[in-house]
Amino acid sequence: MIEVKGVSKSFDGKSVLEDISTVFLPGKVNQIIGQSGSGKTVLMKCIIGLFDVDSGAVMYDGRNLPDMPQSEKKMLRREVGMLFQGAALFDSLTIMDNVLFPLEMFSAISREEMRKRARFCLSRVNIPQTAYDKYPGEISGGMQKRVAIARAITLNPKYLFCDEPNSGLDPVTSLVIDRLIEEITEEYNITTIVNTHDMNSIMEIGAHIILIDKGHKAWEGSKDDIFTSECKALDDFVFASDLYKKIKTRVNAG
Amino acid sequence: MIKKFLQEVGEYLLLMKRAFAKPDNFRMFIKQIPREIEKLGVDSIGIIVIISIFMGVIMTVQTVLNTENPLLPRYSTGLVLRDTFLLEFSSTIMSLLLAGKVGSNIASELGSMRVSEQIDAMEIMGVNSANYLILPKIIALVLFMPVLVTLCVGFGLIGGACVAQFSDLITMSDFIYGIQYAFIPFYYTYSVIKSLFFGFIIASVSSFYGYYAYGGALAVGRASTHAVVNSSVLVLLSNIVLTNIILT
Repeated sequence: MIEVKGVSKSFDGKSVLEDISTVFLPGKVNQIIGQSGSGKTVLMKCIIGLFDVDSGAVMYDGRNLPDMPQSEKKMLRREVGMLFQGAALFDSLTIMDNVLFPLEMFSAISREEMRKRARFCLSRVNIPQTAYDKYPGEISGGMQKRVAIARAITLNPKYLFCDEPNSGLDPVTSLVIDRLIEEITEEYNITTIVNTHDMNSIMEIGAHIILIDKGHKAWEGSKDDIFTSECKALDDFVFASDLYKKIKTRVNAG
Repeated sequence: MIKKFLQEVGEYLLLMKRAFAKPDNFRMFIKQIPREIEKLGVDSIGIIVIISIFMGVIMTVQTVLNTENPLLPRYSTGLVLRDTFLLEFSSTIMSLLLAGKVGSNIASELGSMRVSEQIDAMEIMGVNSANYLILPKIIALVLFMPVLVTLCVGFGLIGGACVAQFSDLITMSDFIYGIQYAFIPFYYTYSVIKSLFFGFIIASVSSFYGYYAYGGALAVGRASTHAVVNSSVLVLLSNIVLTNIILT
């Protein structure tokens, strides 16, 4: 569980986040949504520890990240997996070596066990064996995202962060990635936080959603609460397109 | 401007402190060094050999043509070529060439890793990315510099010998006598010592600009340019300091 308590952050005197509090539960896909520039990426980076918070606390199962000494932060990071917007696979390593990298770096198991674990993670995200020796530049964007998920779960993380996992993907591949994130979250009881503004993703896997609007938490709920919410900021964000306006009208009309 | 300069120096020193930390995994760290030696050192041999041969040829021709003085002994061409290569060309000029080739390679590699979030991915895994990515490059280049210096001197003299062999500007016996005349072995040591410092400057300064290349492709290009320009200037400045310390 990750608990965010009264987190504020500013850059050069300009406030970007103000007094954000929420709880991200394990085994559920938690989503941070909001328009571009609303502060959701800053919030995620504050939670991960890439940015220091100005005030407030980020509690990882009761341990406050900003108060942790560097060595403890480093140990905590080994419990964290992250899926980046552009996958961030290492260009110079093959698919197999990318997944092996965290294992070789931090685990004490034998080389054969490492390869077994890497093969398991790659097969879990449906990467065919024929792709194991390819380089990231030789596979599709959707496949790169799946490899990045495999790399993120190799060390059995307790926390998984996904920064705009559907960015640049077609709707079908996006759905595959969304479902994969949801399955893995439930299967391994991971506390997953997804940063997104993809409406399909929100409606598909948003078990717990917080909406960030101009640096404030404007709304909190689940995908099922979206249609009944009277929050204007949520309405403006979710039902911005004609399609979603029509869907809302139909849903509310029963 | 002074504030920006001091800020950059501070950031560079802090990065070096992180780079010279204890590796997270010694086996993985050591594995990086031969790879970097191949990429930064072995892959530079070709260009160093070509440039050294051609410079050896042209310096021999120029020396013969511009020192037509009956008071100067005929072997002086070989002596001038040898000492020029030993004292400055093999260390300083070769390092300037390497600042262009290796410096831009390092800065663009790290810059691309930064803008595509590969460095962030390492940091989030708990890997000290500065140590894992930068220190092997510094070690590799510093270790390989003496090899490049030796090759540079050797092929420069071969270039000179080619002139003696294939032209009538100078005889081979005069040339051979010249390159052996009044040889001071310490000049080679001096050149190697300087090259170690220059190797460190090129690898560390280029890594610094690549590591902090925030933005897109433009930032990578800018980092590459800064890496080449600043490491070249620092090589030249440190050459003055090192020459004064070692030779005086």
